[in-house]
Amino acid sequence: MYTQGLHTPDSPGATGAGETPELDARFQERIDREDRIEPNDWMPAAYRKTLTRQIAQHAHSEIIGMLPEGNWITRAPSLRRKAILLAKVQDEAGHGLYLYAAAETLGKSREEMFDELLTSKAKYSSIFNYPTLTWADIGAIGWLVDGAAIMNQIPLCRCSYGPYARAMIRICKEESFHQRQGFEIMLTLCRGTPEQKAMAQDALDRWYWPCLMMFGPPDSDSTHSDQSTKWKIKRFSNDELRQKFVDALVPQAQYLGLTLPDPDLRFEETSEPSPGGAPAGHWRHGPIDWEEFRRILAGNGPCNRERIASRQRAHREGAWVREAAAAYAAKQAERKLAA
Amino acid sequence: MTPGQKTPNTPLWEVFIRSRNGLAHKHVGSLHAADATLALQAARDLYTRRGEGLSIWIVPSGAIIASDPADKGMMFEPTVSKVYRHPTFYDVPDEVGHM
Amino acid sequence: MTTTSIRVNETPLVLYVLRRADDALILGHRLSEWIGHGPILEEEMALGNIGLDLIGQARSLYAYAAELEGAGNDEDRYAYLRDAPQYRNLLLAEHPNGDFGQTMMRQLFYSAFADPYWRAMASSRDGTLAAIAAKSEKESAYHLRHASEWVIRLGDGTEESHERAQEAVDQLWGYTGEMFECDAAERALVAAGTVVDPAALRDAWDGTVGSVLSRATLTRPKTGWMQSGGRSGRHSEHLGLLLSVMQHLQRTYPGATW
Repeated sequence: MYTQGLHTPDSPGATGAGETPELDARFQERIDREDRIEPNDWMPAAYRKTLTRQIAQHAHSEIIGMLPEGNWITRAPSLRRKAILLAKVQDEAGHGLYLYAAAETLGKSREEMFDELLTSKAKYSSIFNYPTLTWADIGAIGWLVDGAAIMNQIPLCRCSYGPYARAMIRICKEESFHQRQGFEIMLTLCRGTPEQKAMAQDALDRWYWPCLMMFGPPDSDSTHSDQSTKWKIKRFSNDELRQKFVDALVPQAQYLGLTLPDPDLRFEETSEPSPGGAPAGHWRHGPIDWEEFRRILAGNGPCNRERIASRQRAHREGAWVREAAAAYAAKQAERKLAA
Repeated sequence: MTPGQKTPNTPLWEVFIRSRNGLAHKHVGSLHAADATLALQAARDLYTRRGEGLSIWIVPSGAIIASDPADKGMMFEPTVSKVYRHPTFYDVPDEVGHM
Repeated sequence: MTTTSIRVNETPLVLYVLRRADDALILGHRLSEWIGHGPILEEEMALGNIGLDLIGQARSLYAYAAELEGAGNDEDRYAYLRDAPQYRNLLLAEHPNGDFGQTMMRQLFYSAFADPYWRAMASSRDGTLAAIAAKSEKESAYHLRHASEWVIRLGDGTEESHERAQEAVDQLWGYTGEMFECDAAERALVAAGTVVDPAALRDAWDGTVGSVLSRATLTRPKTGWMQSGGRSGRHSEHLGLLLSVMQHLQRTYPGATW
């Protein structure tokens, strides 16, 4: 139930007021039982705060993510690609809206969250601060960025908070075509002219490391993780997901005939071989430049300012439209009363 | 956006969709729209892009009255024990056929 | 190696189909320019949806044109390898988006024609056009409704929105005559029952547009001189710029598959 209307500031769930060790313990028991927490259930204030921030961040990422890809709709090189890309970016708007709706059930209005994005008070995924310089970037984003997002999203379908989990289920259903369309673009380029193949390799060179950074800092560094894991908001660690991603990526890149820009990448066998007899293990990636990640997060990436400025401008220039809709609705309400 | 300038709230609506194969409207999420007409159109664009829907209901969020989760025990526990309300509680001889 | 544009053998029916296909593609392209820049997120979705519908219509029509022409062309060759003078769309379609009011007004004017048009075309003697029409009619009905609701709200909203909406009507009115043109080649198709006579759609268009503008408290301009030329490839300055963006990759990497 997404209803915000029931949620009054003085209901016990709202402020975590009356938080006692007993209530906390009972809440944790529910989590441990894999109960779903729903909007008007009692929850600790910290749970509400963390979730609101996480879901909002996720929503912001979808909305900002429309920009690097939307950049290429008008230049899509075939009508089929044009239609698919437009549908994909539209899906992203939809995902943002589902997520804002889920976050709103926790008590913060969409307008407030959106304002936080526009004033840079809220964060969004670092990956969208990179530019899309060629058509191959659109392929790389679908293949790598959406691939990474899917790794993160599937476990969230079992997140403890009902509205978030349900939004994620809906998103995951829609997301599967996103990665495939990206991979298909890369495949077409790699099978194309030498210039197209070079375009694909160049895109991979630029997107590989930022995608690895998408999973967040190494587990040893993460401060928020423990509580989020206990509350089943986060179901796998950053490093676990990052490893899964790389393991999936390597054979795909090999199939495409592309080289990952990671000279230190090597296969590390684990003790037991897999049933087929092939060596089991993991592809260990090279060292990540966490300085770049920190720089991007601090607002000094290639596109940080542009992304926000773009959305600010749209919001500002669209104010008269929103005002008109509200004014008309008010007039209609008056007319109904007068009738 | 100048600092201190807040975007005014637009009304919130809950969306219920009955799918092509469905028998009942299911809650699928919410959206913001200035009035009911725009809300219905937004619901169609947002929640039925993959041919899911055959019928849409939109309801202002404030109009929904929901049971209080704290009352779960009182509201729903007593019905669980009255198993004689379920058809499977009864033994009907096979010779009688389907009932 | 350079690209050269294709040459199209424009028999009357091929020309007719290309005109409608170009309308849909160019207008769909314009709508897609709103992605990331809309006034309301829900509205970006709606504009995207309309754009997708139109691009879909364009693709069906291009496919039919290719079949009719039988010269080895396809949707992409038509879209990416014809220069502006070979495009056959209405000037209204290539008109820049302007503000949201102008975009909605353009959509109203276009869809108020497209809706009765596709409804009439569903009875075409040409089976393919009739089938495309049956599908497109449902889409255009929705586009018309959406545009109408917004024009009403903008016209009857705030002082500012009213001014902007009136400005949009005044700016675009001169582009609303072209869609009713019917040259000699088309008249022959009308006589054969293949296509509808656009003049027959005039009343419906006037009625719909008049009603919406009235509910929007907007003033309908006196009908004066109407812009023309798109149907024979004489376009505004805007189309060349639009195509240079749209066709960039195919022109820069000739012969590649995407």
